[in-house]
Amino acid sequence: MSHTVADLRVGEQGVIEVLSFDEVPLALMEMGCLPGKQVTMVQMAPMKDPLYIRVNGSHFAIRKETAERIVLAKRLCDVR
Amino acid sequence: MCAKKMNIALIGNPNTGKTSLFNQLTGMNQKVGNYPGVTVEKKQGSCRLPDGRLVQITDLPGTYSLNPTSMDERIVLETLLDSEGKDFPDLVVVVAEVENLKRNLFLFTQVQDLKIPVVLAINMADQMPRKGIFIDVKALKELLQAEVVLLSARSRKGIEELKQVIASRQKRIREIPFQISVKIDVPYFNKLKNSLRGFPVYKSWLLLTQKEKVPFVSEASWQVLGQFKSDAKILKKHQHKETIYRYQYINDVLKKTHAVDVSKATDLRSRLDKVLTHRVFGYALFVCMLFLMFQSVFSWASLPMDWIDAFFSHLSETAKNKLPSGVLTNLISDGMIPGIGGIVIFIPQIAILFLFVAVLEETGYMSRVVFLMDKIMRRYGMSGKSVIPLVSGTACAIPAIMATRNIIGWKDRLITILVTPFTTCSARLPVYAIIISLVIPERTVFGLFGMQGLALLALYVLGFAAAILSAYFLNKLLKVERKSFFIVEMPNYKLPSLKNVFLEVIEKTKAFVWGAGKIIFALSILIWFLASNGGSDFKNAQKNVSEQFSDAPLSEEALSQEVSSYKLQHSYIGVLGKFIEPAIAPMGYDWKIGIALISSFAAREVFVGALSTIYSVGSDDEGTIKQRMAAEINPQTQQKRFNFPAGMSLMVFYAFAMQCMGTLAIVKKETNSWKWPLFQLVGMGALAYFAALLTYVILT
Repeated sequence: MSHTVADLRVGEQGVIEVLSFDEVPLALMEMGCLPGKQVTMVQMAPMKDPLYIRVNGSHFAIRKETAERIVLAKRLCDVR
Repeated sequence: MCAKKMNIALIGNPNTGKTSLFNQLTGMNQKVGNYPGVTVEKKQGSCRLPDGRLVQITDLPGTYSLNPTSMDERIVLETLLDSEGKDFPDLVVVVAEVENLKRNLFLFTQVQDLKIPVVLAINMADQMPRKGIFIDVKALKELLQAEVVLLSARSRKGIEELKQVIASRQKRIREIPFQISVKIDVPYFNKLKNSLRGFPVYKSWLLLTQKEKVPFVSEASWQVLGQFKSDAKILKKHQHKETIYRYQYINDVLKKTHAVDVSKATDLRSRLDKVLTHRVFGYALFVCMLFLMFQSVFSWASLPMDWIDAFFSHLSETAKNKLPSGVLTNLISDGMIPGIGGIVIFIPQIAILFLFVAVLEETGYMSRVVFLMDKIMRRYGMSGKSVIPLVSGTACAIPAIMATRNIIGWKDRLITILVTPFTTCSARLPVYAIIISLVIPERTVFGLFGMQGLALLALYVLGFAAAILSAYFLNKLLKVERKSFFIVEMPNYKLPSLKNVFLEVIEKTKAFVWGAGKIIFALSILIWFLASNGGSDFKNAQKNVSEQFSDAPLSEEALSQEVSSYKLQHSYIGVLGKFIEPAIAPMGYDWKIGIALISSFAAREVFVGALSTIYSVGSDDEGTIKQRMAAEINPQTQQKRFNFPAGMSLMVFYAFAMQCMGTLAIVKKETNSWKWPLFQLVGMGALAYFAALLTYVILT
């Protein structure tokens, strides 16, 4: 099973491999959420939704359903 | 001399300090209106350039891209595409911020691609040394082929330089360094360019990719664009490619001009976020904050509200005494002065609430609230930001509904507007207070809680429950297009700027006074007219009452109270009260309560005053009215009129009914149509009626 942004734990990072073009809104890509960019999980609300992430120097919150569509290449080391 | 004032548009991402810059450029010379047909604020102002020219500055809504996701963002797109429109800018200032330059430049390259002259203003430059950021402005100008100004809007640094740059604007558009039409699928974009020769190709491309029609484009042009629309896949693919290529270009530019020394980065954000978005402390602090806000709106506002109240009653009294008696004087002293007073009385609460909202927005805390509350509120079709209006509603629904402007997404906002009036506002308190003291015994349960206090608490809970439940059903029922995704930027924490907060409070207060005030004023005059005019019985009140009491003459004061009571009974409102009696009789109410119900439409607290006039108590003193109310007997049941079932049902009625013209006026203003306020009036009225009926039937 592929590994997505929704699977990251707080403090963990990953590199975006694929975004499903049909399911990830254009607006998210325009915020800089693009393949090859590093994602950090900053904070999670209870029930892991929404998720507070950092990508490409921007900080924003997205819902779990969107995060599940952003596939990560590989898990990087825990940076806490 | 040029005939037309130069038009400058400020555009930029949210949280870049665009509004601070606008406030610095225009000072107090700004006016806030609405774009036609929508509730998006239109902020314009004028600014004097160093060469003496006066230019017009438009502060366009904040946006991340020219592909709009909301009503506000559409305005930005439409303004920039409508080259014949009166707001079309001669020059666009793209406001960026040192820390998010990469993302801010995305919008910059889009505007530049439209062939509109553009200047890049990089705000918050004073933070660069502290954050270890370096920007090579000269190289950046060269690469972007545009003027670049570093500034700090808050500390007024660089503002003069920006004005200088605006003044020396060159008519000639420089070569655009990055054009999407030559980057991807050149044959496709060439075809597009040749099909609509009058438009910059990027304009055609933006028009082509909009879901909704843009109003000012001719039918002929739409037909041409229609040929390209058939292949939706290609459009989407190109849009994604566009995003990737733009960022590639921006990365290349920034690699040559921008450096960050990470070791210098302070970590205020993550330290604050650890607490403020924490799953326990985050919520605890939020509840404390709400409590503080609620308390302030409630208690800080009460003193100035008392002053306003006293001032207007004094004014009304003076007018009555000083002016020659007659219809005109009555109109002024009993209609117009209280009408204006009824608007002014809301100003303290509105100002205090917006003080809070503006500070929460300015500091960046509001986004954290959305983050914390999104999941819970989403279930009921609202947004994390709906919490603020719902809680403010406990003071007054009017400022609360105005505070829904910050909610992104029309459906979330509409549902919040529709359910906010259910929360127990302060105007319901006098009504609850008097009825509770009549029907709920003054006992304590478990030796701790007063029954009367518990009853009041239950009414608050009832209000919130009604709001949440109706939101749940409205969410299922309303067929309004909803943005299916959710992206909320979490900006850096900032100290709020006094100037921005002050201007925001002024602006919101003005919007209320001029927007809703007109309707409140007109309706209060109408209610005054209905209460102070009537048929022949009304006109002969003095005579009829004197005859009635001819056997046992009353003192002059008692007589005049009887006359007022008689007049109110026979006024048009009295007639209406009697007319609705059959409808309210099943709940144990009589026409006297009917009159009070109708009069409370001006404001709920009028209930008490109206009853005191009807019972000719002659004073607003609560004790006296209470005694009088307690003595009322229902002739059918031979029981007290205000017995337990009737009192409870009356409170349930007040909890649910939309009895406030001020709220209706503000809903009309905020939704831009009479449809929603009428929906509230009828829907909440029906709910109130049946709930009150049910309460009465169950309890008897």
